Amino acid sequence: MGFFDRLFSGLTKTRDNLVKQIKSVLKGKKISEELFEELEEILIGADIGVKSTLEIVENVRERCKNEKIQDGEEVEKILKDELKKLLGENSALKPPETTPWVIMVVGVNGVGKTTTIGKLAAKFTKEGKKVMLAAGDTFRAAAAEQLGIWAERSKAQLIRHAEGSDPAAVAFDAVQAAKTRKSDVLIVDTAGRLHTKSNLMDELKKVRRVIDREMPGAPHDVLLVMDATTGQNGLSQAKVFKETTEVNGIVLTKLDGTSKGGIIVAIKKELDLPVKYIGVGEGIDDLQEFNPDEFIEALFGN
Amino acid sequence: MIFENLAEKLQNTFSGLKNRGKLSEKDVELALKEVRLALLEADVNYKVVKTFTERVRTRAVGEEVLKSLTPAQQVIKIVYDELTALMGGAVSGLNLSHSPSNIMMVGLQGAGKTTTAGKLARNLKENGRRPLLVACDIYRPAAIKQLQVVGSQVGVEVFSVADQKPVSIAKAALKYANQNGYDVIIIDTAGRLHIDEDLMQELVDIKSALNPQEILFIADAMTGQDAVNVADSFNQRLDISGVILTKMDGDARGGAALSIREVVGKPIKYASFGEKLDSLEAFHPDRMTSRILGMGDLGTILEKAQKAIDEKDAQQMMDKLTTDDFNLEDFYNQMQQMKKMGPLNQLLEMVPGMNKQLKGQDLSGAEDEMKKIEAMINSMTNKERRQPDIIDASRKKRIAVGSGVKVQDVNKLLKQFSETKKMMRQFGGLATGKGKRKIRMPFFGK
Ligand SMILES: Nc1nc2c(ncn2[C@@H]2O[C@H](COP(=O)(O)OP(=O)(O)OP(=O)(O)O)[C@@H](O)[C@H]2O)c(=O)[nH]1
Ligand SMILES: [Mg+2]
Repeated sequence: MGFFDRLFSGLTKTRDNLVKQIKSVLKGKKISEELFEELEEILIGADIGVKSTLEIVENVRERCKNEKIQDGEEVEKILKDELKKLLGENSALKPPETTPWVIMVVGVNGVGKTTTIGKLAAKFTKEGKKVMLAAGDTFRAAAAEQLGIWAERSKAQLIRHAEGSDPAAVAFDAVQAAKTRKSDVLIVDTAGRLHTKSNLMDELKKVRRVIDREMPGAPHDVLLVMDATTGQNGLSQAKVFKETTEVNGIVLTKLDGTSKGGIIVAIKKELDLPVKYIGVGEGIDDLQEFNPDEFIEALFGN
Repeated sequence: MIFENLAEKLQNTFSGLKNRGKLSEKDVELALKEVRLALLEADVNYKVVKTFTERVRTRAVGEEVLKSLTPAQQVIKIVYDELTALMGGAVSGLNLSHSPSNIMMVGLQGAGKTTTAGKLARNLKENGRRPLLVACDIYRPAAIKQLQVVGSQVGVEVFSVADQKPVSIAKAALKYANQNGYDVIIIDTAGRLHIDEDLMQELVDIKSALNPQEILFIADAMTGQDAVNVADSFNQRLDISGVILTKMDGDARGGAALSIREVVGKPIKYASFGEKLDSLEAFHPDRMTSRILGMGDLGTILEKAQKAIDEKDAQQMMDKLTTDDFNLEDFYNQMQQMKKMGPLNQLLEMVPGMNKQLKGQDLSGAEDEMKKIEAMINSMTNKERRQPDIIDASRKKRIAVGSGVKVQDVNKLLKQFSETKKMMRQFGGLATGKGKRKIRMPFFGK
C-alpha cells in the first residue's frame, strides 16, 4: 500500500463511521429536540465528552434558532463550522533558528511514542536533515532496542545508555552529541508513564531541565502522544503533562482504527493544546501533519 | 474531575425531597440523570448507558425506600447493586485443567499484553505451575526482546523461533512444552486492530492450532467509547474467555469495563495496577463499581485497613506458633482469619507448592472438615482451648455431644493439633520474615 493510499484508508475508516451516523440522523429530517439529542449522542460516541458536547450542541442550537434553520442537513454545516472554530487554524511545527532542533516526546504507556519518533525521524531525514534519537526510556524492557531499530530504519543516529540508567543522563549526552556532531534535529524518547505518578512526572521535569540547561531554550517542542482510543482520561493526561513538561502539541495516533479521537476537541477547548500530527498505521510513512479542516471534513465526509 | 462525587451530587438533587415511602418516577428520573452523566464521564458507552439506566428505572420505580436511607441513597444502592451484579457474578479464575493449558493474550496495540503476560507467568509460577512464555509478536520492533527481558525478570523461560510465522511458532512451542514438562503456555501475540482482516485471521489460525483453554482480551482502562466495537470484534472472531483490564493505577474511571462486560458478556478476570511485575490482581466488581460511579474507592481503602490489621495478626500468630504456648484458641483464630480470605480452593491456589499437592483432591471435604473443627473448638471451654492437655474422656464426650461429632473426631483433632504443634516448632527457624504467609494452615497439605 502506498503512502497516499494508506493515508486515505486510515482516514476513511475514521470518516465512514461518523459519516454514516450523521447522514442517517440528519437526512430529510426537520429540526427537533430529538435531532439535537441524537447529535449529542454522536459527539459523545466520538469521545468528545459530555461537557464539551453539551456546549457545542448548545451553540449549534442557538445558531439554528438565530439563523432560522429548518432543515436537518443544514445543521451539519453549522456543527462543522462550530468544530472548526474550536480547533482553530493549522499550526505545523517550525524549526528554531539554531540547531539542533530538540523535540521531546512524552505520554502514557503504549500510546505510540517510540513509533511516532521513528516516523518523525524518517520524515526529517527525507527532508535532508541530520537526525539523532535519544533513548530516554531506560525503564521498559527492550525500549532502547526498539528505538534502535527505528533509528536504523530512518537512518538516524542513536544515543543510548544501559537499561535502568538515569534518563536525564541520556538526555545530557544526547544534547552534547547533537551539538558536536552538528545534528539538525534531536528527538528524545521517554518512558511511558501515567500522569498520576508524581515521582515519574518529576523525573520527566528533570529531563526537561537538563536539556534546557545544556541548550537554553530547548526542548523547542514537547509533543504529547495520545492514542485515539483514549476516552475522557485524555483530558487529565493533557492537563498534567502540559503543566509538568510544557507540552505544546499533540500527536494523535492509531486513527487507522475505528476510534474517532474526539477527546482532542475537548483538549483544544479546555487547554488550548493543538494536534500537530496524526498516526494512521504502524509503517514508517504512516504519519501525517494534522490539518483541522481535513480532520473535520474527514469526520463528516465530503 | 469535572463531575463531583456522584453521591454528593445526588444528595443535592434530592435535598428538597423529604417524602419517604416509595420511589416515584420523578425521583428516579432525577437521580438517573446524574447517574447517566457520571457513567458517560466514566467512558461507559452511550448505548450501554441507555440500556443500563432503563433497567435501573424499571427496577427502582415503586421500590420501597428503606427506613435508614434517603431516596438518593436508595437509588444509589440500586445502581450500585445492578452495576456490581452486571460486572461480577461468580469469581472466575483461569481454566488450567489441561496439561499444558494454553493461554492466548490478544488485544489492540499498546494495551499491555506483553507486560501482562509476564505478570501472569509470575503469578502462575508462584502457584507452583511451570509456565512457558511464547513470543508470537514478530512484527513490532524489539517485541521479542521485550518478552525475553520480562521473562528473565520473572524467571520464566521464553520460547521464540526466528523467521517463522506466529502459527508455526505457537505449534513449535506446544511441542517444546510437552517435551520439557511445562504445564502452562502463555502466548504473547502482536497488538492489532480489530478491523485488520489478515491479522485477525492469524489469531483465528493460532486458536485452531492450539485449542487454547483461555483467550484473554487485554483492554486498557483508559479506553473510550470505542471499547465496545473492539471487544465485540475480538469476541466475534475468537470467542474470548475473559478480559484483563490494564493501567488501572491511573485515574481513568474505567467505564470501558462496564461497556465490554455488557457487550461481550465475558468475565473480567484480572486487573493490572502498575508496571512492576507483581501488580496483577483479581478483579473486584464492587470496587470497579465505586470507581466508575466516582464514589471513591471505598472498598480498596477498607480492604487496605483490613490488610494491615491482618498482617499484624499474622505476625503475632507466627510468633506464637513457634513457641510452646500455641493453643487451640490461636488455632481457632487462625481458621477464622483464613475464612476471611475466601473459599479454600482459591486460597490454596495462592499458596506456593500447595496447588500441585492438592490437585484433583476434593476440597469440599476439607471445607467440611474445617467446619467440624470449628464446631468442636466452639464447644470447648476457654480453659480447654488454652490447655488442651486437660481434656479428658468426660470432657471429650461433652465436646462431641455439643458439636454433634463422634468422640473419635475429638481425639483426631487433639492428635492433629499436637502433631502440628510439634511440626511448627521445627518450622520455627524457617518461618521468620517473608516466608511467614506460607505456613498458615498446618492442618492441610500433609
Ligand atoms: N495501528 C496503529 N498502531 C500504532 C500507531 N502508532 C503506534 N502503534 C502501535 O502501538 C504499539 C505501541 O507503540 P510504541 O511506539 O511502542 O508506544 P510507546 O508509547 O513508545 O510505548 P511505551 O514506550 O511502552 O510506553 C506498537 O505496536 C505500535 O506499532 C498507529 O498510528 N496506528
Ligand atoms: Mg516507547
